[in-house]
Amino acid sequence: MATTAETFQAHGDAHDHAHDHDHKPGFFARWFMSTNHKDIGTLYLIFAIFAGVIGGAVSGLMRLELEQPGIQYLTIWATWFDGKPAEMNTALHLWNVLITAHGLIMVFFMVMPAIIGGFGNWFVPLMIGAPDMAFPRMNNISFWLTVAGFCSLMLSAFVPGDTTGLGAGIGWTAYAPLSTYGSSGPATDFAIFSLHLAGAGSIMGAINFITTIFNMRAPGMTLHKMPLFVWSVLVTAFLLLLALPVLAAAITMLITDRNFGTTFFDPSGGGDPILYQHLFWFFGHPEVYIMILPGFGIISQIISTFSKKPVFGYLGMAYAMVAIGVVGFIVWAHHMYTTGLSVNTKMYFTAATMVIAVPTGIKIFSWIATMWGGSLEFKAPMVWAIGFIFLFTVGGVTGVVLSNGGIDDNLQDTYYVVAHFHYVLSLGAVTSLFAGFYYWFPKMSGKMYSEFLAHLHFWVFFVGVNLIFFPMHFLGFQGMPRRYPDYPAAFEHWNWVATLGYKIMAVSTLIFFINILYAFVAGKKAAGNYWGEHATTLEWTLSSPPPFHQFETLPVIDDAAHH
Amino acid sequence: MESESATTMNFGENIGHTARRAASAVAAFGVALAALPQAALAQAATAAAEAAPTEAASAAAGSYVPMKPVPGIGQPVDGAIGFQQQFSPTGHYALWMHDAILMPVITIISLFVLLLLIIVAARFNKRANPVASRTSHNTLIEVIWTLVPVLILVGIAIPSITLLARQYKPAPDNALTVKATGNQWFWTYTYPDNGGLEVISNMLPDDEAVKRGEPAKLGVDNRLVLPVGEPIRLQTVGADVIHSFAVPSLWFKLDAVPGRVNEKVLFIEKPGVYYGQCSELCGARHGYMPIAIEALPRDKFNAWVLSQGGKLDHQPKAPAAAAAPAAAPAAGASAAPAADASAAAPASTESAAPAA
Repeated sequence: MATTAETFQAHGDAHDHAHDHDHKPGFFARWFMSTNHKDIGTLYLIFAIFAGVIGGAVSGLMRLELEQPGIQYLTIWATWFDGKPAEMNTALHLWNVLITAHGLIMVFFMVMPAIIGGFGNWFVPLMIGAPDMAFPRMNNISFWLTVAGFCSLMLSAFVPGDTTGLGAGIGWTAYAPLSTYGSSGPATDFAIFSLHLAGAGSIMGAINFITTIFNMRAPGMTLHKMPLFVWSVLVTAFLLLLALPVLAAAITMLITDRNFGTTFFDPSGGGDPILYQHLFWFFGHPEVYIMILPGFGIISQIISTFSKKPVFGYLGMAYAMVAIGVVGFIVWAHHMYTTGLSVNTKMYFTAATMVIAVPTGIKIFSWIATMWGGSLEFKAPMVWAIGFIFLFTVGGVTGVVLSNGGIDDNLQDTYYVVAHFHYVLSLGAVTSLFAGFYYWFPKMSGKMYSEFLAHLHFWVFFVGVNLIFFPMHFLGFQGMPRRYPDYPAAFEHWNWVATLGYKIMAVSTLIFFINILYAFVAGKKAAGNYWGEHATTLEWTLSSPPPFHQFETLPVIDDAAHH
Repeated sequence: MESESATTMNFGENIGHTARRAASAVAAFGVALAALPQAALAQAATAAAEAAPTEAASAAAGSYVPMKPVPGIGQPVDGAIGFQQQFSPTGHYALWMHDAILMPVITIISLFVLLLLIIVAARFNKRANPVASRTSHNTLIEVIWTLVPVLILVGIAIPSITLLARQYKPAPDNALTVKATGNQWFWTYTYPDNGGLEVISNMLPDDEAVKRGEPAKLGVDNRLVLPVGEPIRLQTVGADVIHSFAVPSLWFKLDAVPGRVNEKVLFIEKPGVYYGQCSELCGARHGYMPIAIEALPRDKFNAWVLSQGGKLDHQPKAPAAAAAPAAAPAAGASAAPAADASAAAPASTESAAPAA
């Protein structure tokens, strides 16, 4: 382990292990019973990459099937998967299992664990000068509940979902009554339980972050001096804390409707399927900000570092995120424009949804203003961050189109919506994840990656994902509905292009893994602050990787310091 | 452009086909943002539909022959980059709003951000500008980039709210009521105003669709036949799980939810066949329950109703009826004979023309 003499203060107190400040527990205790925020962050990142590979492979199967009209592969896969010759309905059910798995894995087991569990755990304590998270044991169970949730979701694929085949084919939204009396088998229960587990883990994580940020900032670090990444995690944690219990309630009602004879969502007993949608989207809309806000924070750090300038309009940036979080709770029914809402309701949600474009615009322009007048260094994280700004803008403006209830009447549940949310998530959140990964990977591992491969990864990825998702706007205009394994011949052209794009994107992912491998095998040792003096947050005052326990003597933030 | 791509879609020309796709993929990726508004506007211009010739009512009961669909009308077009051609008043307004307001605005914003990024990269890279400024505040510009988006959004909100108000104008009392019921996995159409006539609509197998000259995965055995030129009160309901009744060329989408009846006005301007697909995940065969509307002039619609064993006990009122709603309840009771109905049809087409 690296020596940390410069930044790590010797123990003045009577710790048992004071003879060795970098003492680590044995393998099992360290990785399976971990209470160290950095180790838990590493576990989250490894888990997210693992889940991301599975979720990405599932989308590869989907793009393969969609390359041409007709059913080419589903019957073969279903035969192999179910172990008996598959009927058409079984093959089509497998499709619904794939889309459900892709959505749930990517949202709950890839983006959230990576961006909040991974980077949040690693860098929130480091950035605020705290020795660890406020509740280290709760941090541990947060992670393992997420893993348990993932196992439950994987198990659901191997039990009957319906009379037609294995697995839960309910969509990631799990709309009742398809998810209640529409899917009789236990697979749906496993899938719902998986969300309970992951949700409980996330709620505990949120409590942990809020407590840590409010109580464990180093002396002198006021809220208005916190790095923007910490601000973004703080806002995200509040969204998690307020939104996830609503999801938990909704899916618990699904469980009782399914198993215990209640009729919350069953009209034959006085319930209403639309109630489920209101509950789901009251969670679901904040959820999309949960996935993107930490990305905003990461991008702010990177843009500032590589522009060699402080972030432009720091307070505006912080409170824009707060505003996005608050407004995010009052726009949920724009996901439900075609469900039969009254016209006044639609008008309200149209207007409220548009408001979100204002703080989002403030963020985009503030990033550009941060770069303006700067001395830009196009290191890999910066290239990814600039790519993020453009891709997120494209995803954002199509959101303005969809916010119009009258326009959405034609675009709801088409590929235009798929294109929109993949531009903000797959090209927005994921791009920010890669940006953060390249920014912090040497800090976490102590090894430098190949700058060339990181740039190559970016350009191949950029071309690939745009080829996948830009043509989906056209498919949506022409009316191609989501969640279709098969389509009229007139949708073939752009589907073929999208599948081509997927293949390019898959190559870029390969480059990413080669780069990680390169870093561990042949990467240069990373210095404490390998980005130079303009990386000013507290993690850069530590060695790479940081000592097992840091800041046992708290750093003091002087009045001049400002991020 | 659309017709060209449709005619070059010959099966077997795999090499040319693939090359064309690859070429246009690259082209579209590059120019798509810039090309979109023009392409879509051109489509809107052609959509100014000429009035359909309303033939004199001579069709006898039982002579119904399913209409042949026209390629590129009421169905998707391969390789197209804009909306389908629209055949309803809300469709025209919405398409105008999208193509004339939203698309230019979002294109300009995206290109503006791209331009700023390019300028920043060119002017403020470390070679061009070795010493970074320390500017981190400028109140004026922060106020500007807050207020200008607000104004743009207000500009978008006005037509948007107008569009919603138009879409949700309730149907006149005497409008024809048709109910679409979503089932796993087919549609049932009920005509309570025509003696409770019921039509069960299943997707055609691919070979059968081709034989009938219909697009595969869109063609159905029994279409939803509707009259043109008059407002129709279309109700949707789900029989088992949630489905969604969607027809892109009529700018119409309404979920079919168990336990509640949703209702919206549908107004079709021209006779023709308009295809759509179920748009809410409803189980295994979600992709295989398409919607096909055949819109006919009133007299032919009446003939179709009679040919299916329905009754003509509901007819739209002459123009005066709109001004005298009190007369409306009488419409159902006094069963109008078929001959009268056909005479009234051309007038009703006129009267129901969309108000600007």
